[in-house]
Amino acid sequence: MAALISEIVYRGIFQKNLASRIARGIVLSARKSGRWGIAFGRYGDSPQRNGIPAKDFAIVADTNEELEQNMARYEPKHVDITVCVDDTLAKGVESWAWYGLQPINRLTVPNGTVLMTSLQSVGELLKDIHRRDAPYKLALIRAKASFSGLWVYKEDHTEVRVLGALAKIAPAFLSLDGVSQAIAEMEWGSDLKVASARKAYERLETRDVKPTEGNAEIPYSFEMPKWWEMREGVTIPAIPVGKPKEDGKGYVPERNPYFKKFTTRTMRPVVNFDTCVKCTLCWIQCPDSCFDVMPDGTYDANMEACCGCGVCEAVCPVENCITMVNESVFEDNASQWEMWRKDKDRYRSWMAEKIGDKKATVRSHGFRFRGQYEQELVADLDQGGVEITAGIPGENAQHKTV
Amino acid sequence: MAVATRPAPAAAEDKELLISGSEAVAEALTLADIDVVTAYPIRPYDTVMQAIAKKIANGQLVAEYIVAEGEHSQFEIVKHASTVGARVFCGSSGVGWAYAMECLVVTPPLRVPMIALVGNRALDDPGAFGVEHNDALFVRDLGWLLCWIDTSQEALDTTLIAYRVAEDRRVFLPLAISADGAFLTHSQALTLVPPKEKVDRFLPRYNRGDLLLHPDNPITVAPQANEDWVIEIRRQNNEAMARAYTVIEEAYAEFRRVFGRGPENPWFEEYMTEDAEVILVGMGTISLPIKVAIREMRAKGRKVGLVRLRWFRPFPTDRLVAALSGAQALGVIDRDYSFGSPFGSGVVANEIRAALYNAARRPPLLSFICGLGGREVTLEDVYKATEMCYGAAKAGKSDPKTHWLGVRE
Repeated sequence: MAALISEIVYRGIFQKNLASRIARGIVLSARKSGRWGIAFGRYGDSPQRNGIPAKDFAIVADTNEELEQNMARYEPKHVDITVCVDDTLAKGVESWAWYGLQPINRLTVPNGTVLMTSLQSVGELLKDIHRRDAPYKLALIRAKASFSGLWVYKEDHTEVRVLGALAKIAPAFLSLDGVSQAIAEMEWGSDLKVASARKAYERLETRDVKPTEGNAEIPYSFEMPKWWEMREGVTIPAIPVGKPKEDGKGYVPERNPYFKKFTTRTMRPVVNFDTCVKCTLCWIQCPDSCFDVMPDGTYDANMEACCGCGVCEAVCPVENCITMVNESVFEDNASQWEMWRKDKDRYRSWMAEKIGDKKATVRSHGFRFRGQYEQELVADLDQGGVEITAGIPGENAQHKTV
Repeated sequence: MAVATRPAPAAAEDKELLISGSEAVAEALTLADIDVVTAYPIRPYDTVMQAIAKKIANGQLVAEYIVAEGEHSQFEIVKHASTVGARVFCGSSGVGWAYAMECLVVTPPLRVPMIALVGNRALDDPGAFGVEHNDALFVRDLGWLLCWIDTSQEALDTTLIAYRVAEDRRVFLPLAISADGAFLTHSQALTLVPPKEKVDRFLPRYNRGDLLLHPDNPITVAPQANEDWVIEIRRQNNEAMARAYTVIEEAYAEFRRVFGRGPENPWFEEYMTEDAEVILVGMGTISLPIKVAIREMRAKGRKVGLVRLRWFRPFPTDRLVAALSGAQALGVIDRDYSFGSPFGSGVVANEIRAALYNAARRPPLLSFICGLGGREVTLEDVYKATEMCYGAAKAGKSDPKTHWLGVRE
């Protein structure tokens, strides 16, 4: 008599299909040993927004009654396994529905597992992952985040590698044979994908994490008002007008205290204040009004508000003045402008290091040139999955015909 | 350790799929071989229109799929298609359903057996996607058949039953199937999908007979009428609704015979009510936390049961009175509201109060409003409601005041 509860934490839209495949894969794999299951997305995450953290859940149980026992919740309050398919989510998760910032391991039970796809070291990841009051395991699949879109899917085998890894983590529920069988039968499965799942099973890296390890920062949260405290007529106070940065100069807008949005970010802009021509384009075009106007007329991207969309980089007329860099190489949300003002030489070398790292400036979503998809796919699979010699890795062809 | 309480289905019989309630409806529509479907997106109903579109795109279903410019046209189009003999489907949610109101009103008097899926959603404002039952309840007085479903399996089965009931010449009324947004429309569960041959044995073709709009059968539909005519037309509608009781009973019996599953009692599910001191009543997926809470409470000696209403129109008055009047106290949990109603109670609570008025024995009835806007109905909410019911049972009477559960206060 037992149940296994898993959550899959992912980037809205970019990883929607990936997460859904994993959740369904868990249930269908467990069904191979007669288990019951249910797969669902967190309704409050929908409609999804690009990159905004979202969750799917999969619950499997020995009996239908036990399944109901664990389903009798809007969403699980505890999970045995947290699957995280983008390591920048290690910094925390904030749904668009004003939930506050939640550590990635918040729902993971004591001695449970956080399974992550990442190329970072455990040490680097633990700078981001918040501390837990109980020990847990950090299991890593060596792969970069698999991003695609609502209508396209990146066939880099991430979904089956996660399923293979889960067979290692929870063999009582998901046998490797059961997982393999389910993958082979799934409409998006294939023998090649079964081989990738088995490789992930063998290669999984697992490390115990102690309660003393991790990011000591207390994540921001807020109290929700009582019904009689809320203003009537479905009205909320407007965000107040902002203030000058200092000495009557510059401008810093006030922002929504209930939704900071920065965990949406997989990349952040790094600004070269020396070459900024103060043209205002980044400030005007930013869809999230994340730029603060500095007293000298330059623009500082506020890292509590930036969603990392990259529009500023696209509209900036000065070459290399704004460069998008992968979020994982940053450790805090401190102001770049303040760092620059304090010590310009130090800032320049810091900036050169960040934008000079070619791995970190590869876009996490979208492509810069035609053919990049095929190129990345081969590289990804050589690294962790099965080598592809021709074409796109196959799906079960018979399911494609009517 | 693993226990499979259901063996894998034999080949050529039912196949088992992991699908959501919405996808289960689309499976049923494919099996029922619908002719015309209209669509206009609104969450959570839109998951159904997506699933049907996929079926058509995959060549599994041949049907006219018309994306309307709004819900008003969406329902108007299928109304017309039905009068020329097409088997039709449409649906909506929340304020989308409200926008179609004029067409929803005219459908019952025209005796159009339209099947609609209402993905229950809170009405604006505030813009929210979570479940409330007020949207489907808009049409409760108008001649629509209304039922609430609970699982993906019930979604599939009820959709098939719905066509058989609505398209029966004795009824010819529109029928709305209500599915709780999120809990049912967006959760994928293991569901048995029967083969087409079985469905063909269960579901006859739609035959509009003398009401068919066709050049070979010259008729005028909906001429203008005054006070000399209207009340007779309403009387006809009332008769069709009354006949639905028999037709629904027959359809479920036939469903059980053909498919080998389905409930004995079409009208409501009774869970551990046989010896129950307190019976809780609700509709839709609220049954899940209530059932789990009941198991917990029974383990501690509290004899609690659940009646989950499937059919709200026609309302199963006699059977419900028989099932409820023996309890020591009743707790009706509404996922809807009716501001300014008697005692400020929810719609279901007041219907049950009315149904019990002439009963020989009327247990104390407590009314609860809970889970609005998709708020989780917690086990604690159910425990609290049950304890209040026990208090009323002990006192032998109930305070008619309505209790709101799970509100921040």
